[in-house]
Formats: sequence, structure tokens, C-alpha cells
Amino acid sequence: MKRLLLALFLATPAMAQDNVVLVQSTTSTQNSGLYDAILPIAEEALGLDIRVVAVGTGQALQNAERCDGDMLIVHARDAEIAFVAAGFGTERQDLMYNDFVIVGPATDPAGIADAPDAATALGAIAAAAAPFASRGDDSGTHRKELSLWDGVADVAAASGTWYRETGSGMGATLNVAAGMGAYTLTDRATWLAFENRGDLAILFQGDPELFNQYGVIPVDPEHCPNVNINGAQAFTDWLVSEAGQQAIADYTLGGEQLFFPNAN
Amino acid sequence: MPERGRRIIPFPLPPALAATGLQVEGIRLEREGNALLDGTDLALSPHGISALMGPNGAGKTLLLRVIAGLETPEAGEVRMPAHMRGRVGLVFQRPVLLRRSLRGNLTHALRLARVPRQDRNDRLAELLELGQLDRIADRPARRLSGGEAQRLAIVRALARRPALLLVDEPTAHLDPRGAQAVEALLGRIARDGTKVVLVSHDTGQVSRIAAEVAFLHRGRCREVTPMPAFLSAPQSAEARAYLEGSILL
Amino acid sequence: MPEIGDSILTALGLIVSGDPDLIEIVLLSLRVSLTAVALAAMIGVPLGAALAVLRFPGRGALVLLVNALMGLPPVVVGLFVYLCLSATGPFGVFGLLYTPGAMIIAQTILVAPIIAALSRATLAEMAAEYDDTLRMLGASPTETIATLLWDARFALVTALLAGLGRALAEVGAVMLVGGNIDHVTRVMTTAIALETSRGALPMALGLGMVLLLLTLILNAAVIGLRARFEGPAHA
Repeated sequence: MKRLLLALFLATPAMAQDNVVLVQSTTSTQNSGLYDAILPIAEEALGLDIRVVAVGTGQALQNAERCDGDMLIVHARDAEIAFVAAGFGTERQDLMYNDFVIVGPATDPAGIADAPDAATALGAIAAAAAPFASRGDDSGTHRKELSLWDGVADVAAASGTWYRETGSGMGATLNVAAGMGAYTLTDRATWLAFENRGDLAILFQGDPELFNQYGVIPVDPEHCPNVNINGAQAFTDWLVSEAGQQAIADYTLGGEQLFFPNAN
Repeated sequence: MPERGRRIIPFPLPPALAATGLQVEGIRLEREGNALLDGTDLALSPHGISALMGPNGAGKTLLLRVIAGLETPEAGEVRMPAHMRGRVGLVFQRPVLLRRSLRGNLTHALRLARVPRQDRNDRLAELLELGQLDRIADRPARRLSGGEAQRLAIVRALARRPALLLVDEPTAHLDPRGAQAVEALLGRIARDGTKVVLVSHDTGQVSRIAAEVAFLHRGRCREVTPMPAFLSAPQSAEARAYLEGSILL
Repeated sequence: MPEIGDSILTALGLIVSGDPDLIEIVLLSLRVSLTAVALAAMIGVPLGAALAVLRFPGRGALVLLVNALMGLPPVVVGLFVYLCLSATGPFGVFGLLYTPGAMIIAQTILVAPIIAALSRATLAEMAAEYDDTLRMLGASPTETIATLLWDARFALVTALLAGLGRALAEVGAVMLVGGNIDHVTRVMTTAIALETSRGALPMALGLGMVLLLLTLILNAAVIGLRARFEGPAHA
């Protein structure tokens, strides 16, 4: 029994190996296939074994706070700044951006397609009581969505009626929206990579409010002595370097660029 | 009630000899407030085959289980000669055969009986021969015929070399040929020096192999009488009624 | 439902092409779940046997607990193991989080109660049948348990298969403690979850069919072994 357990531990490389970097990440970057495109390049260039755990931004921040990751790639700017301010991360840098879009049934029952801005579009959905699928999972997209509803409609009160919280990731929420013919807010990258669109189409886009900024943060070794700060810093430096930014820009799907690098 | 508390003195064994056989004194066993064995007394001859007869529910099987030590009575005791103590075998009416081959059943019983490994093959051959089971030794035990299964259960109980073998209605479900083979086996075991106590309803069988009969009725022993006197002239009214077929319970 | 047809084609394509990523995922699934079932058997079978045969204070409560644990949602087990193995958790120093080792631990915890409960039920029934006979044959308690384990071996294998089925099929626990890291902790079920969240439903269902096929092969293999060792003439 003891020998078996020992073999089990030996057979499974521990997290704290020098060349292993564990990234706590939002899901959109994984679901869209970005990591499949850029990680091999980074690993080759840096000699690192980069491992991505893709969860919602909220869970990623919490996992990192518990020291279960060496760095973060997430998209909730205020929460990221608070994370660094609390001493959990060393430094937050802009990494890249894309935008959010509102998708819904192609027939557009609430008539949002010609809305002048996002607030008007959402207001039309609320007024029509048209089904809206919310992530409801404290992710970056969920936080963004709530900030957009602010002052437009009391969605907490409508939860369970036309406003439906899936409590799941972006892909699962898109599956739900496709299944029930609901509107939802999604980042463009996940949408472009998503294959089960059914009747859904992009109905509203282009409001500067829908800007979606991704940030990168190494976890502070003073808060978490177990982290591989050298590896995390190396990967972070590469991501914001010319090579990393180019690799992000080069990733396209169906001829469309999904993420736009904007590191300083 | 004239027969209450009446004790049947074993006859014709001389008292000295009777004392060296199996003795049951004042056994009382209750289940849910009912006394199933109600002060059972009996003394059996130390040799040969003794039959335990009586109507259904008389307590025959329970008495075997008490003698075997599987049940602890509320009162009374079982006395046996020194050479029998701890060397009691019991064959159940419906034997439980292990989910193994016939040979596997015997080998395992020999292992449990702490028979040294080097002696096991000899003992196995001996038991197979005794039960006339050689030819079917490799069959799964649970695919044996009723007679074969019963003979296996009997010789398996011999793995511990019991000095007292208790056998509960071994032929109840067998055809005459199967029953005959079991009777022959029990006869041989008794001749080889093992005391056999046999529960049976079959007067023909009892007359063929038993040397004495203990008759139980309602948790008590009414008489212990040698054969063939028991069948021709039973001493108790209950045994007479039983043999005439007028007691069912 | 055109997806069903697509997914069958996808499944066939994956199998025929011998896709190296798929093979890696299948092998990791097998390694994690088989190891977990082996460990769970070492815990569950003796525990089930003890609960079936021995009489000790608290036994009834323990039986109840084991039966209740059988219904634990995988995600709860995953969360518990995550909190234990997290860097700031009590076993964080081992650095097991997000490794196959963590997945094995979670699945062991998930499967052990199933194996224990099923073993106990099987062995208790057989013990009731065997008890008097084995006592008369002179078996000690240890020998009684050994005899029961051997005679119940095929029923116990069925219990192990039930455990393996649950281990191979669960996603909640391995997702949380493994992290679904590509080439490191991605197994059949987490890959299916990922493909589903990408909306790649035919691929997800195709992987599901590969998983079904795998389970079928494992079950057939065990039944085949059983037939071979048990022989045709067994009641």
C-alpha cells in the first residue's frame, strides 16, 4: 500500500517543478482555441511546460488567491486591480482585447438590432420580457453583463422569469441560449469558435461599452511562496513582448482575428 | 397431565455405559417467548447410529444445533465423553456447498480442519472414496444431484475427524437409490467408530441402520428405546400415535 | 437530429485514425480510473467484508454512512479534495493539485463507498448462507472472511465494475481537481465537457461514444474472464 502510494506520487509530476507554469485562466481564451495556437510557440521559446486551468474569471481569481496557480489571464479589470492591490499579484498588465456582442434568435423578437447603444438594446429585451440567458457565475463576462444592466433593468428581481441565470461557462450558456431561443452576452472569441449556434446570430455590437480587456498577472511569491515566479514572469514577459503579441494577433478563425494585442 | 415431567430412563443400556455416551439434560430453548425445547433430557449410546424421531416442530433440528454448539440454551447442558468434545460435525438438512468444485469443497474443509498440507491429498482421496465421489470430483458442487450433494456434505463434515456426527434428515429429498447410498455411507462411518445421530422421519431407514431411537415431542424427549423394540412396542403414547400416523404436529 | 449521425461518424473517424490526442486521453482516463478502482477496492472490499461479517458497536451507523456516501455528487468530492490539496490546504505541500494523482484520490473517495456498500450487500447475503456451515467446519473469523471473499469473487468483480463505471463516467471531481489541463489531466469526460462548451456537439458525443465503447470492452473482458475461470457449468 505504501509503495503504491509512493509510486502514485512519483508518477505524477508536482506543480512546483521549475519549468511548469500553471495559468488560472478565463474560459474564453481556451474555448476559442487561443492557447492551442500560442502555447506551443511559447513553450518552444521559453522551455516551459505551460498548463492552463480554464475556469470563470471569478473562480480563477479565487484559485490564484489560494495559491493554486502561478499566474492569471482574466478579463475583469477592476477585480484584477483589486487583486494586485490586496498583495496577491505582483503587477497587472493589459494583454489584449476583443469585444462583447449580444447574440439572440435571428428573428430578433425584442428588436435590438438597430439600438443606438448597449443600454437601449438591453432595455428593449427587458421591455419585451424576451428570454435572456445570463452566465450567473461571477465570471468576467457576467460582471460585464451586470454592469451593463445597471440602471437599465432590475435583473435580480426578474431572475427566474425572462432573465435566466445558467450558473455555467460561456459555452454552456450559449448552448442554453441556442436551445431556448434566448439572448445572451458573449465575448466575440468564444462566439466565433462556437459551433452549436443553432438559430442564434449577432444582433448587437460596436458600442465602446462592450470593450473587453484581458489582463495578465503573475501571482505574488510573497503571498504564495510555492509559486514558480520565474516561470510565470518569463511567460508574462513573453506574452507582452513583440513575439507574444504577434502570436496572439496571428490567431484567426474562419479568417477573423479573435484577439487584438494591446500590451504597452 | 400425567406425562409432564416424566423421565425416560434409557433402556437397556447399563447406567455405567450410558454415562459415557451423549447426555442431554434439561435443555430449555426459547424463541420469542415460546419454549421450543422444554426441558429436554436424553442419553444416547456412545456407539453406532441413534435416530432422533418425532413430528414436525418437535425440536429435533434445534436439539442437533444445541448439541453442535450453534445455539446456546437458556438452561440445561449437553454432556459428552472427553473424546467427543470439540469434535462434533453437523450435516444440515439442506447442505450449503461452497461455490467451488466438489474437490474444492473437500480441500477447503481439510484446510479449515488444519490438516497439514502434506496429508491433504491422502485425506482427500480417502474422503472421495468413502463418499464414492471420485469420478465427479471436478464438478462444480452446486451442480451435483441431491444424493451426490448430500454425500459430499457428509464426507466434508468428516474432514475434522469428528467423534460425533449429527445428520439432519439427509434423505428427505432423495429418491430411494440416492437414499440407499447415503444410508450405506452413514453405516460405514458408524462402523469406523464415529457416533452418528440421525434425524429421520423414515421408519424404514431407521429400522435399517439405527440401533436406538430417541422420540421427541413438543420439545421433550418421550423415550429412548432400542431398535427394533421402538417400532414394534413404543413406550410412550405420543410415539405410538406418531407411528400410527395420527400425530401430525 | 443530424448531430447523432455526425457524432457516429466523428467517433468512427477518431477511432480509425488513431488520433494521438484521443489515445493519450483514453490512456489517461484508464490509468486514473483503474488506479482509483484498485485503491478503492483495497479500502472498500475489506470494509464491506468487515461490515458484513463482524459485529461491533457502531456497525449499523457505519453501514448507513457508507450507503449514504455512495450517493455523493462527484463535484462535492471534487471540492473536498480540491480544498485539501490546494496550496493553502492541509495537504498542499505535496503539490498534487492539478495532477493525475489528485484525480486518482478524488475518484478513490468517490468509488470506495460504492465498492464497500455493494461488497457488504453481497457478502452479507452469502455470510448468512455460509455462517453455520463454516463454523461447523472450524473456520476462524479471518478464514470465514477469506472463504466468503473467494466464493463471492465474481459478484465482487461486478461491484468493482460498477465502481469503474462511475469513475470513468464522472466529470465533476476530475474537472475540479485535475483542471482539464491539455496533455496533463485531460480525460474523456473533461474533454467531452470542453467540446460541449465549445458547442462542438458532434465531437463531444463522438467522444462519448468512444467512452461507451471503452466501457463495453472492459465489461465484455471481465465477463469473458469470468466465463473462463468459472466454467460453463456453474449455477
